[in-house]
Amino acid sequence: MGEKLLEVEELKKYFPVYQRSIVTRKRIGDVHAIDNISFSIERGETLGLVGESGCGKTTTGKVVLDLEPRDTGRVMFEGKEVHESLLKAPQSEKMALRRSMQMVFQNPYGSLDPRMTVFDIISEPFVIHKHIPRNEWKGRVYSLLKLVGLEEYHAERYPHEFSGGQRQRISIARALATEPKFVVADEPVSSLDVSIRAQILNLLEDLQKKTGISFLYISHDLSSVRQVSQNVAVMYLGRIFEYAQVNDLFDHPLNPYTMALLSAVPIPDPVRQTKRIILPGDVPSPVNPPSGCRFHPRCPYAAEICKSEDPPLRELGSGHLVACHFAEKFA
Amino acid sequence: MRDMGELLRVENLRTYFYTEAGVVKAVDDVSFAANEGEPLGLVGESGSGKTVTVLSAMGIVAKPGRIVSGKIFFKGEELEHRSEKEMRRVRGKRIGYVSQDPNSSLDPLYTVGNQLVEVIMTHFEDSKETAWDKGVKLLKLVGIPEAETRMRSYPHELSGGMRQRVAIARALAGEPDLLVADEPTTNLDVTIQAQVLDLLKTLGRELNMSLILITHDMGLIAEMTKRVVVLYAGRVAEEASTEEIFQTPKHPYTAALLASVPRLDRKELLVPIGGGIPNLITPPSGCRFNPRCSYAKDICLEQVPPLESTGPRRIVACHRWQEIDLRRSA
Repeated sequence: MGEKLLEVEELKKYFPVYQRSIVTRKRIGDVHAIDNISFSIERGETLGLVGESGCGKTTTGKVVLDLEPRDTGRVMFEGKEVHESLLKAPQSEKMALRRSMQMVFQNPYGSLDPRMTVFDIISEPFVIHKHIPRNEWKGRVYSLLKLVGLEEYHAERYPHEFSGGQRQRISIARALATEPKFVVADEPVSSLDVSIRAQILNLLEDLQKKTGISFLYISHDLSSVRQVSQNVAVMYLGRIFEYAQVNDLFDHPLNPYTMALLSAVPIPDPVRQTKRIILPGDVPSPVNPPSGCRFHPRCPYAAEICKSEDPPLRELGSGHLVACHFAEKFA
Repeated sequence: MRDMGELLRVENLRTYFYTEAGVVKAVDDVSFAANEGEPLGLVGESGSGKTVTVLSAMGIVAKPGRIVSGKIFFKGEELEHRSEKEMRRVRGKRIGYVSQDPNSSLDPLYTVGNQLVEVIMTHFEDSKETAWDKGVKLLKLVGIPEAETRMRSYPHELSGGMRQRVAIARALAGEPDLLVADEPTTNLDVTIQAQVLDLLKTLGRELNMSLILITHDMGLIAEMTKRVVVLYAGRVAEEASTEEIFQTPKHPYTAALLASVPRLDRKELLVPIGGGIPNLITPPSGCRFNPRCSYAKDICLEQVPPLESTGPRRIVACHRWQEIDLRRSA
């Protein structure tokens, strides 16, 4: 057991939905983006956060970094509450906290300023945080480029001269420029070509080995989550439905939603085809999530209790958390 | 001469795009055949020419693209030199097409019903009422609940999965013999993808319709197809049965593609393919895969590898297929 780096406790984030007319604005409901979730990440750990679109995984990443303010709950980073620190702590402490938490965005075409050279992009954190003396910038940028598998001469180029995979490497280099302890990687490979994805996934793993960095790896692609994560949390409509060590979760899922999700992924092997669980319907709207267990309208095992009672996330076996009334049945 | 049950045959197809930057050789000498009851997969990365190949076959390459040479047969009849009017009978009625993005393939200004009725009335001499009833049946067929109500919905009122179902219904409206599905599930969530795949399988069985699936997802290929054509940079790299492709790939690109995809059922070392897809204005000389190939030798830089037969219904375009062993040490 390593040391906890990040602890998220009962985090909640709703987005208000308004009905507008020319003069009035009426709040008609809330998008329950994150509804009471808790998890923790150790030093050097990658936690995979999976779920379908609209389940709140990206919001989780943003709220953890306080890019979106939370409604209630706590995010503790190295023992300090992130939102409070950024609000009240002295400037130097705020900067130090920002430095240690970074983000890599999904779309490497939108997240790099087209008017800046790669050198400017990667050295901008140095300008802001002043943690590297100016005469060392060049060397530092070069070593970051090398770390992510690019060359020194790339530093003078502009983002449009690079392919998607290379751009994502630049985003990663920029995130690493502040020497962070924790990086949120939000779908870092989903906009890349198949043959390029493996390069970035391997890069993330290498970086972790070399620098001991922790990742929150957000993705809808279960295969890539299995590849890079040590632990996995499955989200559905703003809730964590299951949390376990990676092999445990993939080989012995205990929540019917996880099972359906896993069975839905096509396996690249014509001989090893599994029986598929087809879920009826779509993911319900997070504005008015279903009563009781949020998954009950699509769940093949749903019973009366599921319609009325929201199952708590409970431990079943060591470190395997599951939110389902009937999880024992699947163990 | 044609095989039993051959539906679509493409021979030596070349489709180039005449852009200001130069001539993009998007499809450069591609041949393959799709047979009845044998779902065919076209696999490759973006820019490998998958989509342009099938668009060419249907005669809908947009400018500045042009079919430079090649022949296309449907059930043994050549499609070339047909008038636009005749081609319209082929498209939709014989070959249905489902594109990747249902958001842009459905017209946002017309209701679902309108769009279905239009297709049905183009292909059949139906009255509007009959066409409407057929439309309702189609929506039911693709598993849309409350089909009558949905006929009056606009595309934006439907979810992504529902829109893709509508797009499939529209492709089926002409009762085609062959359905071309171009990355039909890329924009969908996994559980919705499972629904759509299941639907495509059922439809194939019930309507006795063949399928060409275009994808970059090796998982979909394994699950949905019986035969695979691997395309790389506008050329055929390899063609074989799906099992052969996965178990004994003969082309280094096929093997590299398989080794680079993460798997759900186990974690294994990912071997990325170095470099990127070549520029198709000035493609690499010789074998187009040579800059990224770990087996490349001098001959690969100089000569274009011919398509060689390596067994019954198996072809590969690699100079060194006999010397190299691509089986993975699993």
